[in-house]
Amino acid sequence: MAVEPLLKVRDLKIGATIYPPGERPRDIEIVHGVSFDLEGGKVLGLIGESGAGKSTIGLAAMAYGRGGVEITGGEVHVSGRDILKSGLRDVRKLRGGEVTYVSQSAAASFNPAKKIMEQVTEAAIFQGKFSKQDAEARAVALFAKLGLPDPENIGDRYPHQVSGGQLQRCMTALALCPEPDLVVFDEPTTALDVTTQIEVLAAIKDAIRDTGVAALYITHDLAVVAQVSDHIMVLQQGSMVEYGTTDQIINNPQEEYTQALVSVRSIKHEEKKPGDTPLLKVDHITARYRGTNFDVLKDVNVELHPGQTLAIVGESGSGKSTLARVITGLLPPSDGQITFDGRVLSPDLPTRSLEDLRELQMIYQMADTAMNPRQTVGTIIGRPLEFYFGLKGKDKQTRIQELLDQIELGDGFQDRYPAELSGGQKQRVCIARALAAKPKLIICDEVTSALDPLVADGILKLLLKLQKDEDVSFLFITHDLATVRAIADSIAVMFQGQVVRYGPKSQVLAPPFDDYTDLLLSSVPEMKLGWLEDVLANRKMESAGN
Amino acid sequence: MHPIFKLIAQRVALGIMLLFAASVLIFGGTMMLPGDVAQQILGQSATPENLANLRESMGLNDPPVARYFQWLGGFLQGDLGTALTNGRDIAESLGSRLGNTLFLAFWAAVISVPLAIFLGLLAVRYKDRWPDKLISAVTLTTISIPEFMIGYVLIYWISIKAGWFSSVAIINDSMSLGAKLNAIAIPVMVLTLVVLAHMMRMTRAAILNVMQSAYIETAELKGMGMLKIIAKHAFPNAIAPIVNVVMLNLAYLVVGVVVVEVVFAYPGMGQYLVDHVAKRDVPVVQACGLIFAAVYIGLNLIADIVAILANPRLRHPK
Repeated sequence: MAVEPLLKVRDLKIGATIYPPGERPRDIEIVHGVSFDLEGGKVLGLIGESGAGKSTIGLAAMAYGRGGVEITGGEVHVSGRDILKSGLRDVRKLRGGEVTYVSQSAAASFNPAKKIMEQVTEAAIFQGKFSKQDAEARAVALFAKLGLPDPENIGDRYPHQVSGGQLQRCMTALALCPEPDLVVFDEPTTALDVTTQIEVLAAIKDAIRDTGVAALYITHDLAVVAQVSDHIMVLQQGSMVEYGTTDQIINNPQEEYTQALVSVRSIKHEEKKPGDTPLLKVDHITARYRGTNFDVLKDVNVELHPGQTLAIVGESGSGKSTLARVITGLLPPSDGQITFDGRVLSPDLPTRSLEDLRELQMIYQMADTAMNPRQTVGTIIGRPLEFYFGLKGKDKQTRIQELLDQIELGDGFQDRYPAELSGGQKQRVCIARALAAKPKLIICDEVTSALDPLVADGILKLLLKLQKDEDVSFLFITHDLATVRAIADSIAVMFQGQVVRYGPKSQVLAPPFDDYTDLLLSSVPEMKLGWLEDVLANRKMESAGN
Repeated sequence: MHPIFKLIAQRVALGIMLLFAASVLIFGGTMMLPGDVAQQILGQSATPENLANLRESMGLNDPPVARYFQWLGGFLQGDLGTALTNGRDIAESLGSRLGNTLFLAFWAAVISVPLAIFLGLLAVRYKDRWPDKLISAVTLTTISIPEFMIGYVLIYWISIKAGWFSSVAIINDSMSLGAKLNAIAIPVMVLTLVVLAHMMRMTRAAILNVMQSAYIETAELKGMGMLKIIAKHAFPNAIAPIVNVVMLNLAYLVVGVVVVEVVFAYPGMGQYLVDHVAKRDVPVVQACGLIFAAVYIGLNLIADIVAILANPRLRHPK
């Protein structure tokens, strides 16, 4: 008889109740009979876009359904026991003891009212695996292994007293502390900046290797999962598309969908040469928020030429969104000025002319919250047409339909509500709304960050097409360097409120690099086996050389 | 110094300012009533001459601002003036009344606050199941019925039919604690039923709100039981809103029990106030008003301070 795998999933079916607006609630199936095995000490990557059911499957390994999600059929065996048939008492023994969980947002998953140490050791003590003293010693050892500063004392802090990357490592320590057989990692690095992601990723990988624990590694980022997993399972809309070794999936994908995931970012964009007169000139801008005593922006100078794209790249807190606030007039700068189309813009939004407002539009990261959920798509796009051009009745309808055609949504969308649209469609409606004002400049603030790669790709293609047709300029704010490569003509790299590198794309992305840009560029995961080791080895060599 | 002291000091200063503002309103409000104290005292026998004499001797001809500060100054030194109707020192008669009111409020609070929080936790544990619905239905019913009605119903069933407790809640200093408690048993029940729903619903809502958090899921995935999660992980994060509504209800127990005191002939502040409003005894009304304002502001100040102390981000800054 063959050795029983640690985790054996057979024909797993998971359902949920949905509440469509204006209809009766109904039950749908979100995972349609998925089967797989995971041996002890191995790592299986679950990959797919949002709605693929990867988190749902991961949580099923703990017999847990989030929200109204319910496991409706199949078997989940952990160490030979079917946990779906176990009573609640046995399942509680399993959760936090044999199988543990690392969530995407450690910041939200730690109780703000309790010290880190108490939360990290809680399950180990509660499940009777270790005494309080042993659990705490184990936690300190894990803090050290995960590269946390001051491992002896960091447990005495509260969650808000450590950084996001540190907290994510604490969450990993929390999962490893009870000495589980299996850890479910649910997008553990997705919410982090790239330079932090690479460190946390390396820490997690080391911890998995050193403790010999098995793991389900859930992510939408194939390049990340390629670094940590032995096998990969590709999921699409609740069904398995392909399963294989990491090497096979990355280098020799069989299915069309997997090939699309691997080769995403197919956009080729020729860099345009700057013209004579810039459309937007950001001149020695320094800015700070009211009630604070430090500058969020320090002497920022950039230019954007008509019909081109300037990408502002940087990590969270680098000041890139603040720059957008200054340009739009939401935050008057303490020094410097903004020149737009040959005229100096008033620093303060209320004193800008209607024309200034019209020519400068914005698209946001969360299309969801940028639209009124109680207005139809037609009303949302029609509003700027009325406001800026006074269009009414039939003219307005025709123009709305033109715009919808431009964003490739076609007929039948005018009367629909945002809740009835997919993430990509919502972002398209936001683009149409910005376009309706016939702007000269659109500021795009992380517009593809909340979207799945394939959908984001479609949005970027659309933006490039619109730029060609309408000769509109984009100020593209993003932390994603792959996006920048795809669409930018010039790039400004921001770090702690300053532009550390600025120029045409071909120059900015070519060596020699400054230290920060080098760190940023080398931290972007590549879809290549062993990439993580190579980068870390390189960095070690460089620091040894210095 | 820990920055939290600054926050608390700010709150206390704000509370004191608020109290001053309330005193101005109370003084100004009673000033606007037609007639003045001299006219009240003399009543029918008022002639222009003795009115003028009395005003002169009472200092009523001084400018209002001066009289306000005189009144406030006296108040701060414990001199509340004398009642017009019986000429007795207000501080003296008010003292025992206030003591009685606080006695009643204290016992009502001792029973209702833990009960409300317990029922709130229970309602969360059995959310949308029958215990939750039963608790909500019963407490909402009791808050919807006017308190005098509940009072009379309880008197009828408990005191008259069952013969357990006294229907009149008259207490005096010579009574033993047991006798006093026996006397106030039914009013305490009435007050408990009146304030229960508000605190219970708020506890339920505050904890349910916290139960949506990701860290509750973390606790569930540690294999913890529901009651333990609620008590250990949810409750500490729901303290601020719960304390807030508890304090509002405690203030109500002190300030708003007029009806219950009248129903049970209880010798508390409320009844004292009602008596003297009827007799237009302005100094007594002013004194009661200011004490009520102080209680209200004081309790809400405590709620604010607890909310500050309960916030780990304020307690342990980066």
